[in-house]
Amino acid sequence: MTGPLAVVSNEVVNLMYVVAAILFVVGIKRLSSPTTARSGNVLAAVGMVIAVVFTILLPEVAHYWLIAAGLAVGTVIGLVVARRVKMTAMPQMVAVFNGLGGGASVLVAVYEYRRLAPPDGALAGDILGAALFSALIGAITFSGSLVAFAKLQELMPGRPLTFVGQQALNGLLLAGGLAAGIGAGVAEETVWVYALVVVALALGVLFVLPIGGADMPVVIAFLNAFSGLSAVGAGFVLSNTALIIGGTLVGASGTFLTVIMSRAMNRSLANVLFGAFGAPAAVGPAEAASTDGKSYREVDAEDCAVMLAYASRVVIVPGYGLAVAQAQHNVRELADLLERRGVDVKYGIHPVAGRMPGHMNVLLAEANVPYPQLRDMEDINPELPRTDVALVIGANDVTNPAARENPESPLYGMPILNVDQAANVVVLKRSMSPGFAGIDNDLFYRPNTAMLFGDAKASVERLVAAVKAA
Amino acid sequence: MTAALIASITIFALAVFLGFELIGRVPTLLHTPLMSGTNAISGIVLVGALLVAGTAETTLEEAIAFLAIVFATVNVVGGFLVTDRMLEMFKRQPEEREE
Repeated sequence: MTGPLAVVSNEVVNLMYVVAAILFVVGIKRLSSPTTARSGNVLAAVGMVIAVVFTILLPEVAHYWLIAAGLAVGTVIGLVVARRVKMTAMPQMVAVFNGLGGGASVLVAVYEYRRLAPPDGALAGDILGAALFSALIGAITFSGSLVAFAKLQELMPGRPLTFVGQQALNGLLLAGGLAAGIGAGVAEETVWVYALVVVALALGVLFVLPIGGADMPVVIAFLNAFSGLSAVGAGFVLSNTALIIGGTLVGASGTFLTVIMSRAMNRSLANVLFGAFGAPAAVGPAEAASTDGKSYREVDAEDCAVMLAYASRVVIVPGYGLAVAQAQHNVRELADLLERRGVDVKYGIHPVAGRMPGHMNVLLAEANVPYPQLRDMEDINPELPRTDVALVIGANDVTNPAARENPESPLYGMPILNVDQAANVVVLKRSMSPGFAGIDNDLFYRPNTAMLFGDAKASVERLVAAVKAA
Repeated sequence: MTAALIASITIFALAVFLGFELIGRVPTLLHTPLMSGTNAISGIVLVGALLVAGTAETTLEEAIAFLAIVFATVNVVGGFLVTDRMLEMFKRQPEEREE
């Protein structure tokens, strides 16, 4: 079948795929600096438009009504979602987009298998392998991303969900998947591919269920890598350069971020994915009870405001609690006030602050915090001993000095923000309850630490008012 | 192994190294935009969906192709737009504050 728009040859289209791939590469390169990032994103988008338009102009592509309808529906949904989504909801939105990419790969793979399998055609072994790989990875990405979305959107509990025999069931499913894959490879019957997809969908669900909220940055990055890999698989099936290069770049980026995130939590990837860290069992009664016998110091907003107003260096350490309380705008207001008084204010940001890699930076940027004030852990740690006040807002485990000092602590070895080395530390917190990991924080009992209790937003508002009066 | 497969493997192997070289230099500040931007690029599977739509004959095949196009288009359009929205925030602040 030849479409009426068939004006270009395969050769021209393949050359245009190279152009698109170059634009992806240059686009990602420009994404590595804040000043060029926006143009990089535009370049990558132009590459995508070129790849899509020239594909439609291929002789073998017809069914224009179907293509136009699909593109129109997808564009409208994409437009509305991208405009409306809140920055705090970025992680779940990226999760959904990952899932859709994976879903599209599954559909393409299943379709190609159906088309190429006998009796219609003879499947070459390599194409078959690629199609099955793409279907497997794509389906895990699809269902896993939807579960991640449901957890982040709080449609289901964010805590790790585990049940007896979960590992055994996973093993069984994996074996079932392999069997279906072998069946699809040997018998070349479509039913086996459907079986493979169903098993992979179940695997995706079971894979994300036991992973807790604070581990989401790793999961999102991991699923991102998977969505890229499934596109690569589809690229092998179709021998399509654009798919292979585009998919591989995404796979590399997702893998890179996955590794960075696991490292920032000082845990192996296997431990994050299969360890169900933070499950209720991890909150040992011994640790919870260790609060007894230690004393902490409480401070009121007025005293804290005076401390801040007459400091020369202040470092703000934001955690996810700040985002949950929607306090980022108030924090910016406080920082502006202090700066106007001549105080040097910076933000120290832990790599896993937030629910996806770099999430806290985006939340603060949305509140108009200038990005030069946002500092990585490596940058801010050497400055903390020279800091007058470290203001910890909604962060806990990433400031626990036990990670540095106590080999017995479950957090030991995790890179932390060394706020305890600042002259004064003020911790904004609801109560003395332990953090996500259920581990008591030594920081709270240090002589240079004071606690300011209350909702993060309300506390910061009181600080703003008090600094104005100071 | 066909020549096409060998070409595909060659491209894949080189792209892996290129990807790690490119991405290793991205600062934490830009990790979220990097992720949503590359996420949009993974919507390149749209090209695959379009090729599939070209050969669709039965209603089932058309339905599969349509769904694949919608999924991939949402991924592409939403991904690039939301990345732009985020990067706009990073870009405009220093100027605003100089006023």
